[in-house]
Amino acid sequence: MTAQDGHPAPDRRGMTTATDTYESVSALVRRETSMIYDAGKEYLVEARLRPLAAAAGCTVDEYVKRLPIDPVERRKAMDALTINETSWFRDHAPYQVFSDVLLPRLLEARAATRHLRIWSAACSSGQEAYSLAMLLDQHLPAGWTHEIVATDVSTAMLERVRNARYSAVEVNRGLPATALVRYFARAGNEWEIVPRLREHVSTRHLNLAAPYDGLGSFDLIMLRNVLIYFDQETKHDILRRMRPMVAPHGYLMLGSSETTLDLPPDLAAQWRREQEGRVQVHRPATGALT
Amino acid sequence: MKALIIDDSRAMRSILRRIVTSLDFETDEAGHGQEALERMESGPVPDVCLVDWNMPVMDGYTFITKVRANPDWRNVTLMMVTTESEQQQIVRALAAGAHEYVIKPFTPDAIAEKLEMLGLVGGAA
Repeated sequence: MTAQDGHPAPDRRGMTTATDTYESVSALVRRETSMIYDAGKEYLVEARLRPLAAAAGCTVDEYVKRLPIDPVERRKAMDALTINETSWFRDHAPYQVFSDVLLPRLLEARAATRHLRIWSAACSSGQEAYSLAMLLDQHLPAGWTHEIVATDVSTAMLERVRNARYSAVEVNRGLPATALVRYFARAGNEWEIVPRLREHVSTRHLNLAAPYDGLGSFDLIMLRNVLIYFDQETKHDILRRMRPMVAPHGYLMLGSSETTLDLPPDLAAQWRREQEGRVQVHRPATGALT
Repeated sequence: MKALIIDDSRAMRSILRRIVTSLDFETDEAGHGQEALERMESGPVPDVCLVDWNMPVMDGYTFITKVRANPDWRNVTLMMVTTESEQQQIVRALAAGAHEYVIKPFTPDAIAEKLEMLGLVGGAA
């Protein structure tokens, strides 16, 4: 017996099946990705696993019991559970700050190489990476090149980024109509990003809690709305290891509600907070690398 | 803020009304472009019009061109909300003076985000 419509249903033993299932899934997600599913997200687990369970011909409970011994289904479940809803130019202000404030500074700092590197960390379905690609298409002077590296723990999401196709519902989310006609082409019922943006975006499978070997350093790292999914220790570890990934003149951007104010002193000393209007950006503090 | 919802579907007007009311808009409604023009001439001028494309009597595209031709209504924001999703139709609407374009089906968030982009809804503090 499974919960219906997200409401836990009592099973034959009088227990709440969804609670057992939830705890088991929560532990698995944490083990596989270091992400935390807070209490109260049972409905989300149910909603995301129900289609997979139905496809496998079993209940959500039975499906969850299979996960520890079935690596294929486990991969699918992790993909389904790590999807984040996202929109284009999410929160607007950070993208405005990028175009108006950060980009002119980065152009100055990179005048010798005329090349910018950006990391969209936990890129989900790619809206952040392609939003940046749109801005760079508009604002990058002629003769400059750029590369946007999009990473995610979900292979299904990375596949979506590579396919670069979005439904009407998705292109409605925060995307100016002028950008829709300029940077997308209709592909059946979907909208596909034009090749001249896609060629600047590469993908890589990466768990943020694992090493960042071989990524190189970046002029801008977008680490937005993802640290909230990690426990404090992992969050601190990520911020510590992000520090050498940012070029000395570069920036780290967190989500609107995320802060580095609560960091332990040694880690806080590695980052310099700067306020640009409503947006807080982080820069590596010089000489503080430990 | 006042929103004028222009759609020949009563169900769609109801959906849009619920969304914009939750964003603190006062709403008025019209079933086609001609009725909307009459309301704007006789009543308070709305801050934003949510405009369907395909409607009887007067379609949304014609409505937009008429609004843009009247200098008294130059501050009215126009947002198409329509099933018309051909790229050249979107270009046409923008060229005629539409500020934004939402393709049906949409989520309530999409309407809120577009209104925020247009400066009609307060962003995050």
